[in-house]
Amino acid sequence: MELLTDAPLLPGEERVIDKDIIYICPFSGAIKGRVLISNYRLFFRNVDADPAVTLEVPLGAISRVEKMGGASSRGENSYGLDITCKDMRNLRFALKQEGHSRRDIFDILFRYAFPLSHGLQLFAFLSQEKFPENGWNVYNPMQEFRRQGLPNDQWRVTFLNSTYELCDTYPSILVVPYTASDEDLRRVATFRSRSRISVLSWIHPENQAVITRCSQPLVGMGGKRNRDDERYLELIRATNRTTSKLTIFDARPNVNAVANKATGGGYEGEDAYQNAELVFLDIQNIHVMRESLKKLKDIVFPNVEESHWLSSLESTHWLEHIKLVLSGAIQVADRISSGSSVVVHCSDGWDRTAQLSSLAMLMLDGYYRTLRGFQVLLEKEWLSFGHKFASRIGHGDKNHADADRSPIFLQFVDCVWQMTKQFPTAFQFNEHFLVTLLDHLYSCRFGTFLFNCESMREASVRPQPPHWHAPQPPAVSQGHWSDGVTVVRLFQEVKKKTVSLWSFINSEPSSYSNPFFTVDLSHVLYPVASMRHLELWVSYYIRWNPRIRQQQSPMEQRYKELLALKEQYLKKLEELQLSDRAPQVFPRGPHLSNSASPSPSSPPPRVTRLQTPF
Amino acid sequence: MLSTLGGGGGKPAKPSFVSYVTPEEINQTEKECSRKEKHPDLLPGEVIFCSAGPVLKSIKDDLFQRVVYGTLLCTNFRVSFISDEAPSDEEAAQLFKNKLYGENDIPLTCVDHIYGGFDDKKKLIISGFVKNKYPSKIIVCCKDLRLFHFSLAYAKEEDAKKIFQGIVYHCLEPKSLKCVFAFSYGEKTLLNKENQTKPKTVMFDTSEDWAQEIKRTKGNCKLISNNADFSISAKLPQFFIVPTHVTQEDLTKFDGKGIPIWCWSHHSGCALFKTASLPLMQEDASSQLYKSYMEGMLNAVAQTHLYSVKTEELSDSLPTVQDIQQSYSKFKQFFLLDNTNDFWMTDVKWFSSLEGSCWLDIIRQCLAKAVEVVECLEKENTNVLIMEEEGSDLCCVISSLVQLMFDPYYRTLGGFQSLIQKEWVMGGHRFLDRCNHLHLKDKEQSQAPVFLLFLESVWQLQQQYPPAFQFSETYLTVLSDSIDVSVFSTFLFNSPHHMASIAKAMLEPGQRSPVNWPTVWDWSVQFDSRAQDFFINPLYMERSRQDKAPRKMPRPKHQRHQSLPSSAFKFSPSAKKGFLKDETDSLKKMLRVKRLSRWMNSPDSAQASTREFFVAWQRRPLDYHGLLLPCLEGPTLRLWSQRYLRWIPEAQIFGGGSITILKKLADLLAEVQDLRGNLDRQACRADFNHQGVVARAKSSIQLSSAFPFTMPRSRSFKPAIPIGPLHSLITDSLADQEDEENLGIV
Repeated sequence: MELLTDAPLLPGEERVIDKDIIYICPFSGAIKGRVLISNYRLFFRNVDADPAVTLEVPLGAISRVEKMGGASSRGENSYGLDITCKDMRNLRFALKQEGHSRRDIFDILFRYAFPLSHGLQLFAFLSQEKFPENGWNVYNPMQEFRRQGLPNDQWRVTFLNSTYELCDTYPSILVVPYTASDEDLRRVATFRSRSRISVLSWIHPENQAVITRCSQPLVGMGGKRNRDDERYLELIRATNRTTSKLTIFDARPNVNAVANKATGGGYEGEDAYQNAELVFLDIQNIHVMRESLKKLKDIVFPNVEESHWLSSLESTHWLEHIKLVLSGAIQVADRISSGSSVVVHCSDGWDRTAQLSSLAMLMLDGYYRTLRGFQVLLEKEWLSFGHKFASRIGHGDKNHADADRSPIFLQFVDCVWQMTKQFPTAFQFNEHFLVTLLDHLYSCRFGTFLFNCESMREASVRPQPPHWHAPQPPAVSQGHWSDGVTVVRLFQEVKKKTVSLWSFINSEPSSYSNPFFTVDLSHVLYPVASMRHLELWVSYYIRWNPRIRQQQSPMEQRYKELLALKEQYLKKLEELQLSDRAPQVFPRGPHLSNSASPSPSSPPPRVTRLQTPF
Repeated sequence: MLSTLGGGGGKPAKPSFVSYVTPEEINQTEKECSRKEKHPDLLPGEVIFCSAGPVLKSIKDDLFQRVVYGTLLCTNFRVSFISDEAPSDEEAAQLFKNKLYGENDIPLTCVDHIYGGFDDKKKLIISGFVKNKYPSKIIVCCKDLRLFHFSLAYAKEEDAKKIFQGIVYHCLEPKSLKCVFAFSYGEKTLLNKENQTKPKTVMFDTSEDWAQEIKRTKGNCKLISNNADFSISAKLPQFFIVPTHVTQEDLTKFDGKGIPIWCWSHHSGCALFKTASLPLMQEDASSQLYKSYMEGMLNAVAQTHLYSVKTEELSDSLPTVQDIQQSYSKFKQFFLLDNTNDFWMTDVKWFSSLEGSCWLDIIRQCLAKAVEVVECLEKENTNVLIMEEEGSDLCCVISSLVQLMFDPYYRTLGGFQSLIQKEWVMGGHRFLDRCNHLHLKDKEQSQAPVFLLFLESVWQLQQQYPPAFQFSETYLTVLSDSIDVSVFSTFLFNSPHHMASIAKAMLEPGQRSPVNWPTVWDWSVQFDSRAQDFFINPLYMERSRQDKAPRKMPRPKHQRHQSLPSSAFKFSPSAKKGFLKDETDSLKKMLRVKRLSRWMNSPDSAQASTREFFVAWQRRPLDYHGLLLPCLEGPTLRLWSQRYLRWIPEAQIFGGGSITILKKLADLLAEVQDLRGNLDRQACRADFNHQGVVARAKSSIQLSSAFPFTMPRSRSFKPAIPIGPLHSLITDSLADQEDEENLGIV
């Protein structure tokens, strides 16, 4: 039975297996159909196409595949596969018990869902997709710094990290205080975890207050101090005349920061950093977040907890974590707009720090609320500064219980969604964009989210073991900046061999844009980080549940209709106006109208209006 | 006039306290006021009882606490604070102004609780008589959830005492109905009968209204019009509709109880009825009488369509009015917050507190019950009779919700108002007792926000299907506020008979004309026409022209074709059910027996069937002008944030909220309508200008999520930064773990 010959395939996607199967839908029961597994996706369609049931799951979204039941299991549909997905759903398939019918499909699924564990390549490297836009050009760090007015007399661009010698998880281009020498930076790097020194993320165009980010200081049990680090933060403070005290936001709860001393980390002591104020933001670590999401999944899939929905939701703490992240970012944004410079860090400065700095920047700078600007924000604060996407998501890796996995980026996108809910006209992108973003966070169809940091993206030619950290000697190809400084060209390999998610998005921007967007770059957006306004993102977390109706936003629809109606009326008016004017215009001077437009029946409307003196 | 007023209210006065000021005193206070040049613009019939100054009102402007000096007065309509500060331009330009009372006025009937502040202690005040010390602060909690803090510390002691006693007396002590402001107001105002209600509201006070309604829904029941003098029963309206087989004799038997009152007819011919139930369960001499009477009535209902009827005693499965009251008292406390600290402290356990009050759950239960009734009418085409002790509380809630879900006419502004007239006002909902505006001790037990519960349920429906409703969220909020503005006849009485008898009594002392009480539907009493624009939902989709019936009818027709016939539910495989039904049908036809089934025999199966019904409905394309069913899953029922959060500064999203979208939509809609108007004019006359469009240029004021009720005053605002116990998160072993297992030490 060649039922699935018409299944949609991407360029570069190849069929692997095609098989009869029963999908055990948690909402409507067992559905007979056929499944196709390619090197990119699992596709299912039911036999009696009415009502049509299709399932499409990119293999990248699969976190776990298990056998369910044995050859001797009793009961209907008790023999099959159980698939856990990263996108808040589980899938169950049943097969015939005779003849080990699931063996081949299980092996294939296991192999292609976790290619890196089997010496295969991620699909992004096999895809032959072409798009009119090239998303790899969206972010150019120099261009972005220039947009912020950098370098200036207080801040300079350094290429010290061009070969990732200073810090292998940082981008190659950094902005640092003008007064700090490269030698200073090297010395400071020895006192910050993983050499992630404090560098500039964003500067306020008027008051020159800055958001800088880094990792924890290596204070340790002995309470070590480092004069260079202390001096360096003082230099940062001094770049802005209005900052009398630098605010250091430590994203962690106080106790955790203290506990970190045991492993050599810690926080900035009061006596060591005289002109700094330390604030703890009480945001929990990646493990707590992972467990919280797990609890959330339990209450929304497959069935929504009914009788005690609100208290169940509360007990997952998911929204409480969202509240803390948002309120931390609000505090950062508030300090910046009142003119004080800020240092943000957590332990390593790539999870909570990325959340805080990017959310604060989203509140402060309207540019990041546009479709392009948001892409720049992600490229900059998340991708170039080494949020460990590969480890946090576990792309292509079979080890589903890896303690490195955590929904930090999802949590950030949830915070962004909360902001779009509270400010529905402030963002150029819509909810569909955020959902698409998360879908491709897992799909492995695009190269954007595949690796842990810039240096690895650049070096990656073949699949790497998931815990691979040290950058290999980069396959350096030299390029020139317009300033004449020689640097390593970024993203050499990933950029060549894969497609960027932004190519896909920007080739069809209209479906991701919010019709209500109103350009207002000057206002700082302060969301209300209160449970009274935070809500569960139903259309993401509960989107698989058919009982919760997925209305196409009636507002959006209505607005578009009205816009169309307006156009239509305007056109009609123009036409009417023309037909009225015509007899007046012609007697006065037909030659004039002839010269204005060769075909008097349809002159350009604007000209007509200008011709009509009142 | 004053003496009449005083006579009514003076009875429980304590000897130490003069309950009503004498005319001389009024003149004095008026003089005092004019000396200070601070007096409110009094409404017709409004008189000042007492005043004191200087009084400090503390306000929170964009999260900053500050105080304003002014004068505090108490009139026969409101407690009013008149600020010494000149109103700012923004306040003056405020679009959404209530003409009866301003932001510093509290209608007496709107006062919920009064607290006295003694140094730093807060005590609930229950009587104006205080033994030792008078409080230096008055804290007034309003039914519309505003909260006022007045400090009397700077006023003369005598004044402070008088104003405190006056306010407490007029707000909290029992009084007679005739002391309610509507009576003095009605005497002094002339009603403009013509433009009484702009969207036509059917009042259901004439037999024509009812006749028209039954014609509209194509019901086959009969109109009873010989209760015009309430000779059949004082509990029933002057006109009502019953099944055709109810005889004249049946009507007069048990003082209106047990009579199935027609509510609405489904297009299949079956209909919804409600009744005040007879005490069937009692085992006494009369119970046999009751039983046989009820059987007769059920038979009459069943004969309306297909000899089938389902009955439901609402009190068996829904919360009692006491439960409703208890739940709401708990619930409203969450929004009466004294300070920022309270706000953030209660934020941590917000969801479980909400759940603990059960308020959302009660709303869910009502909506679910309405869906069950809808299922019977739509899927099984059986008649439904809902009953309840008085037949005027939950019966009103359920029957109006059912009609709202079915009938798109009731989702228009005029239709909705007519529905409330039909089911609530004429249906004899005891507004006066349920609101207990008179603070009668013996009525405390019957106080319950049943009508508010209905509005809440409507809000839930409306926020799930915004394009289906012509009226806006703001309209519902304003309507919920209006319950406690003691000017409107709509919410002032317990039944049509009550209203008629009071009106008659008022006529007797040789008055010139009957009293003019405005109905709440005359919105011009409260808002000018620009403010009334906020009542219209810009998302509302009118039926396109092709869809509309070609004939112009005085009222929108009940649309028949939109709800699919029951065959549409064939996907839900209930073969067993269908089979049984066929058999009973033939059985019934043969034996002419009614089928009396109760729903709640096995709640699980009822729930499953309702879910099936919902899923089948959901599979069809959504028609905003057809049947609407609410989704009742946990996350879909939400807090009515406009009503409940509008006065809380910490909860306001400056520059945000769904209002920003609605504003854009409304602006665009206005533009489109202007163009349309231009186009129409253009069609007949050949002069065209763009002025209309330009004049509508958007006012670029920054709005907040509480718009239009409050406006951010200053442009430079500080964010609300959560404070308080953020460490509530369970810190288990995970929290102590490192993010990275091998922390590299360089």
